[in-house]
Amino acid sequence: MTDVLVCIKRVPDVGGEVTLTADGQGVDARHVGFTVSEHENCAVELAVQVAAATGGRATVLTLGPAEAVEQLRSALAVGCDDAVLIEVCEPGSYGPADVAREIAAVVADRGDELVLLGNDAADTGDFQVGIRLAHLLGRPVVNGVRTVAVTDGVLVARGDGVDGVETYELPLPAVATVLEGGVEPRYPSLKGRMKAKKAPIDTRAPRSAPAGSGRVRLLLPPAQPSTVDVLGEGPQAAAAVVDLLERMGVAR
Amino acid sequence: MATVPATARVVVIGAGIVGNSLVHHLARLGWRDIVQIDKGPLPNPGGSTGHASNFIFPVDHSRELTDLTLDSMRQYKELGVFTESGGYEVARTEERMEELRRRMSSAKAWGIDAELVTPDHVVARIPFLDKDQILGAFWTPSVGVVDSLRAGTLMREAAQQAGALTTVPNVEVVGMDVERGRIKRVRTDKGDIEAEYVVIACGVWSPKLARMAGAAIPLTPAVHQMISVGPIPQLAERPGEISFPIVRDMDTFCYERQHGADMEVGSYAHRPILYDPEDIPTIEQAKLSPTELPFTADDFDPQLEQALELMPDALGADGAEIRYAINGLLSLTPDGAPILGETPEVKGLWSAAAVWVKEGPGVGRAVAEWMTQGWSEIDLAHSDIARFYPHQRTRQHVRARTSESFNKTYGIVHPAEQWASDRGKRLAPMHAATSAAGAVYFETAGWERPHWYASNEVLLGEYGDRVVPREHEWDSRWWSPIINAEHLAMRERAGIVDLTAFAIFDVVGPGALASVQHIVVAQADVPEGRLIYTPVLDPNGGFRSDLTIMRLAHDHFRVVTGAAHGMADLKWFRDNLADRAAVVDVTSAFTTIGLWGPKARDILGRLTDDDISNAGFPFFTCRPIQLGSVSVLASRISYVGELGWELYVPMEQGARVWDLLHEAGEPDGAVPVGIGVYGTTGRIEKGYRAYGFELDAERTIVEAGMARPRVKDADFIGRARYLEQREAGPRSVLCTLTVDDHISAGGQRRYMLGGEPIRTRDGGPLTDGNGRHPYVTTAGSAPSLGKHLLMAYLPPDEAYVGNQLAVSYMEQLYPVTVAAADATPLFDPDNARMRS
Repeated sequence: MTDVLVCIKRVPDVGGEVTLTADGQGVDARHVGFTVSEHENCAVELAVQVAAATGGRATVLTLGPAEAVEQLRSALAVGCDDAVLIEVCEPGSYGPADVAREIAAVVADRGDELVLLGNDAADTGDFQVGIRLAHLLGRPVVNGVRTVAVTDGVLVARGDGVDGVETYELPLPAVATVLEGGVEPRYPSLKGRMKAKKAPIDTRAPRSAPAGSGRVRLLLPPAQPSTVDVLGEGPQAAAAVVDLLERMGVAR
Repeated sequence: MATVPATARVVVIGAGIVGNSLVHHLARLGWRDIVQIDKGPLPNPGGSTGHASNFIFPVDHSRELTDLTLDSMRQYKELGVFTESGGYEVARTEERMEELRRRMSSAKAWGIDAELVTPDHVVARIPFLDKDQILGAFWTPSVGVVDSLRAGTLMREAAQQAGALTTVPNVEVVGMDVERGRIKRVRTDKGDIEAEYVVIACGVWSPKLARMAGAAIPLTPAVHQMISVGPIPQLAERPGEISFPIVRDMDTFCYERQHGADMEVGSYAHRPILYDPEDIPTIEQAKLSPTELPFTADDFDPQLEQALELMPDALGADGAEIRYAINGLLSLTPDGAPILGETPEVKGLWSAAAVWVKEGPGVGRAVAEWMTQGWSEIDLAHSDIARFYPHQRTRQHVRARTSESFNKTYGIVHPAEQWASDRGKRLAPMHAATSAAGAVYFETAGWERPHWYASNEVLLGEYGDRVVPREHEWDSRWWSPIINAEHLAMRERAGIVDLTAFAIFDVVGPGALASVQHIVVAQADVPEGRLIYTPVLDPNGGFRSDLTIMRLAHDHFRVVTGAAHGMADLKWFRDNLADRAAVVDVTSAFTTIGLWGPKARDILGRLTDDDISNAGFPFFTCRPIQLGSVSVLASRISYVGELGWELYVPMEQGARVWDLLHEAGEPDGAVPVGIGVYGTTGRIEKGYRAYGFELDAERTIVEAGMARPRVKDADFIGRARYLEQREAGPRSVLCTLTVDDHISAGGQRRYMLGGEPIRTRDGGPLTDGNGRHPYVTTAGSAPSLGKHLLMAYLPPDEAYVGNQLAVSYMEQLYPVTVAAADATPLFDPDNARMRS
């Protein structure tokens, strides 16, 4: 029986064009909704699978504003059993070290054996919270894996390496960060959504004041000129399309 | 980089279902040099058409919308993109069952096959629906789904093949130039296009485009939530897009529509979520499309539960997941009708907006006809963009009314239902006095009009059963027996009526006579001080309006028309003026007070020294008189069939004259009388026709029984068609009928409210020479006759006095008899009272 804690971050659900807030500290979310990253969607799916396979509980956690309950409920709707919100007014003022410290406090309190996170944050791309969390907890950590499973009290994690698939075995308790692509995250069912709506949220206050990220500001990369090659028109274009699909490896 | 043509006869902005069908029909009607642009790519530029659920239920209580929908279905079928599925509107409550019975009235009136069925009928076709949740359903076999994107592509291609159309996608309009009140060019990021006509068919973006030209299209983008749940085994095992009927779960404001292996669940139940057109994301900013906004799950959660109740085995099936969920944007307008026609602000700039997929092709055809010939086969009066008053174009009004109406999309809306939001905005000068008299206000075009007065409740005791009280809640909703008491008091003594809402405009200048003569049917070359009551026709000889005109001077005519249609009439006069004439809107300069009844002359005589005797002030004349120190324009006319006057009073003196009339009327027992009498009971006893009820562009003077012995020699709009109509004779005849027995099967007395089908005595259908089925255009009490009267257009061979027919009300037949087969009033047929 393995209890899994999966950590997610509420981020703007941007489209093709990303704009920044005026202070350069975040992504402008005026025109878009909020979501979590694909890495985290996969982590949630893995958490649900591990909990189901071992008879444990899957708990979803976020540090964010009250509105982040929306993301917690989405995870509850696809199978998480419990949810924890570390409610903060200005999540942007929490740097990776702050977030890791707050999560560590919750894990210390709850004792979840496995903590899953996304590989990196979708908006700020810090790549730090997983490692820092493991360090604070004194746990082994593996990064960028695509699947995890627990067998006989051992965490088996697989991910892509330079020379092929790498497999790691870690003793529990452990931490892992997940890259998208290893599992297909499920959509919620109607019953799942209705259950999620009624589920209680364990809301906690942060333990200490944030030190901040030290980030000066975000910058957008220069716009890439988009080039359009017209392959042709009508049935005559079919051969060129087939050729292109073959070169892309989509068709053989 | 793509560029746009430098010139065009017409630029159509928008390549959704409306723009596409419009270019098709323009090309079909002979237009060439059509340029169509859209900001997005083809075939789905990202507007509301692209995410529409694409199903069509034809029956609506509005004839105009129903006819547009039926025409659209016919066009979709011709294009081969219609799949018939049948559709149920299911009822969970008895109140809804009654509404479905009323829906049967509309189905019969508009000639659409439909029936009320049991839950067993529903589950026979939809086995996964829980029949214990419903009481019954309204079954329309002709319901179906369409491929609106494919339809649009086919229609564009037809216009392109005719050599009429150039379509350029990915073009953004950045401005519009107007010169001397006329559209001149469209400026885009790919170049400017000079054009004679520009049509805005941009759905939710239309207000933004209109503003570029200084015009207003008062709609708001609003969210309609939809989710798609699947795969559902019961659906997946059948081939094709749809093989189960569509379900409208009316009481939860939701629908369930199969789409392949998925069930789409859409909702009109959530809180109104309105957007500003400026805040819609660009194609680049949007995650899906600009009109498929992020789903807000909290808003939809209550509907999930209800949907699951109705279809537990399908929506709750193993593996069925919410695979797609959007807050889709669609267009809402303050009165629920589309916004079509030439903008009143800019000549040549047209709107074809706030149109849903179910009406799109019909609207495309009708607007193309209107642009081509000045009229359309389907009358678009309720959708005319010219209908809006300035206050109705404000953002606050649009937001208030659409917020109120959104949850009524599947609601049960009483025909007389009043708005609750944005009220109290246009007040008559005597408003304080009418409020003190307990006026119950109904709204027309923003005006607060007393419909009846609580202070007249004392009359109920006086008149007893003559006020014909109504037992059934539905029949008496938005109604009071006080209306009938006021009616009787007016007929016996006198009534004073607040008519401030009239739209009033002056036609002035050396060309005034020529203008009016050209626009109206009646002879306008009358002596100064004479009144004219006249139809106004479109070029096809259909009614544009009916109104009264006072000739005040050789070069000055004052036009008085109803508030609801006043702004459209104003545009019609402006558009059709002769040289050296102008139209001046004086609506806000004058209040109008009606004084009618056998005591009217005595009462007015107490206030004036002017000669108001029958000889000194004959019927159908007007002139200024003095009421103490107030000079008013008095007009001896009546819409209620009584002796009396309309008094046109400067707005700032209206309150004083109102009070003077009440003081002078007190010895005779004059009472304030509301619009319930003026608009219905008084009118229907006199058989007076009303524009928007009996009169519309699909009816003729001959059918309405309003033809005069001769037609004036002067030419006027619609004259040629009118002469043909007189020659051909009527294809239907407007009649007045009495209801002979009101007792329902349940033993209650029932009173029709309008819209009900007229059938043979044993319930069989009737069809007139236009292919229409008779329905009640106005229903109302006739307290002086002790009857309930109905007006309806009947087939000519059924239009004879004494003919015994039936009216179907809530799916029960009540016997009726034709009491007048022409315009002869049932009350005071010789008009002796008005002329006394």
